[in-house]
Amino acid sequence: MSEEEENVGSGKTAGKPPVSKERAQQARRRFLRTALLTGGVLGAALSGYLPIAYAQKKRLRPPGALDEKDFLSSCIKCGQCVQVCPVFAIKLADLSDGFGVGVPYIDAREQACDFSCDAVQCILACPTGSLTYIKPDFLPVRPGARMADKPILLAKENDPEPTLNLAERIGVARLTRPESCLAIQGKGFKGQARGPDYDGELRYMSVDRWKPIKVADHPYDVELCDLCVQACPIKNAISIETVFAPDGTQRKSPVVHEPCVGCGVCEMICPTEPASIEIIPGEGWRA
Amino acid sequence: MSAGLKRRFVDQIKVMFGSDPAKPTKELIAPQAQVIHQYKKGNRDLIAEKLHARAHAEHKNIWRNRRWATLIFANLLFVVSFYFDIQILEGALTASRFIGFHLIDLNSALQVMLAHKHIITNLLIGTGTVLVLWILLGGRSFCSWVCPYHLLAEWAEKIHLWLVQKKLVTDAPVDRRLRTVFWVIFALLAVLTGYTVFESISPTGILSRAMIYGSGLLAMLWVLALLVFEVFFVRRAWCRYACPIGLTYGVVGIISPLRIKYTLDGCFHEGDCRKVCLVPHVLDTVIKGRAVDTEVPIGPDCTRCGLCVDTCPTGSLKFDVKGLAKLV
Repeated sequence: MSEEEENVGSGKTAGKPPVSKERAQQARRRFLRTALLTGGVLGAALSGYLPIAYAQKKRLRPPGALDEKDFLSSCIKCGQCVQVCPVFAIKLADLSDGFGVGVPYIDAREQACDFSCDAVQCILACPTGSLTYIKPDFLPVRPGARMADKPILLAKENDPEPTLNLAERIGVARLTRPESCLAIQGKGFKGQARGPDYDGELRYMSVDRWKPIKVADHPYDVELCDLCVQACPIKNAISIETVFAPDGTQRKSPVVHEPCVGCGVCEMICPTEPASIEIIPGEGWRA
Repeated sequence: MSAGLKRRFVDQIKVMFGSDPAKPTKELIAPQAQVIHQYKKGNRDLIAEKLHARAHAEHKNIWRNRRWATLIFANLLFVVSFYFDIQILEGALTASRFIGFHLIDLNSALQVMLAHKHIITNLLIGTGTVLVLWILLGGRSFCSWVCPYHLLAEWAEKIHLWLVQKKLVTDAPVDRRLRTVFWVIFALLAVLTGYTVFESISPTGILSRAMIYGSGLLAMLWVLALLVFEVFFVRRAWCRYACPIGLTYGVVGIISPLRIKYTLDGCFHEGDCRKVCLVPHVLDTVIKGRAVDTEVPIGPDCTRCGLCVDTCPTGSLKFDVKGLAKLV
């Protein structure tokens, strides 16, 4: 029926100029469309660099993540880490993250990683080594990222193997808003840490060793607020200490120690709004 | 294999990269095929036969329905594996695990390898598994039988063709060499920038993740923009002229035993198959006088979608597994 159609779209007869005016116009239009499609696709693809260049805030990546640049290049954007997380801490980024679209991150305030899986399952699930137990030798280690010792998971403290297989921290907790911290003000806390509508879950050893429950279902009642210390899943990572305020008065304050892996449970549980303690993603330990 | 088929095999690889199909010279056409061509040329009765066959041709959608069912099933398997935690097919189309076995999309793997420049064992295993799988299954059959964007694009194409029929839009082809250019550009970008640049706009990955995780709603706007472009401007623009995934799987398909086979004998050269085809340049052989042999395998750029098989009123186009007839 349409045998003559077969040469449409082949106006580029080797070397020879197009014969008719119509043909020339057709070829020109086709060239313009080709240029338009090229520009559109490449423009869209390269615009993915903008969010990387202008990122206001670094994302907190799942445990065992390579450094940001290597993480973005090695991640295959499949979300297998998302699937194994028992508390659904891991989410995939949208196009607003540019080249980071489909790359996993943790919004600790929303739902932190509390190592409910006991074994950093997300690392095990990763097919490309973006999340890894052992970093390849040719990749540099950020200053202060290497853990002095393997972190001890409190939930496994009495097991034969109490540690997490985690060589580097993903960030460090920092008391970013000391003025709002209840402990520093000498205040206690009573009630649901994040209110009745909060969906986040944590594993409470006193409730169930294997099953995380809603934070809203686990109200607190403490004389002096130490929720961050109570909730922290890592041994010796945070404690309430007596500190001296600038005015010389003695205060109680949460103090972060070297074993902090940057999981974000303290930021998640902090009952003040906004959180007084936060994770600085990618930050190393500084004594 | 005759000299003509050999030449055609190489020619079709070039065609996949964007060159125009070459018209075979008479010496390249096998004698038996020449006899058939000659017969058809001199036999006017064929027209009456053609009209008769056409009047009685039923419009079938057998392969299309099978394919749509497979495509939807495969993608749903990802979704339910996560949603109901049944762990059969975990992950997304870029990389997954089928009951524990790593599967990694070839183009995604390539992007990651080029960007990160470090390959771990699991990545290699998953890529190897998928490579073998698609060599067996036909290379670009990934496109039409699995890729979720393909299905949406097929529906967009229907709207586009309806608009063309109503003369509201015109069909506007683009230079097919563009896809090869894109493939090279995206490979280079991965190496040079160290980012998997293509993944950020790949509708295959975006759609797969959106279905499974409900993430990337903004990214879906990009997919929508592509579909709109295809409806109003260029028919099947992404799959035909842009997507490097298609070219990657196309290269795999070069050595695949599964393909469509064309039989010259009964063909009326009406060209219906070329009208429904995503990649009509692979069907140049059905044009009157072009077939180099009585049976011609269709080239690697073919997505094995089966639309031509459904459309052909004479059964001249069929699925075929190379060497299977000899085995059985």
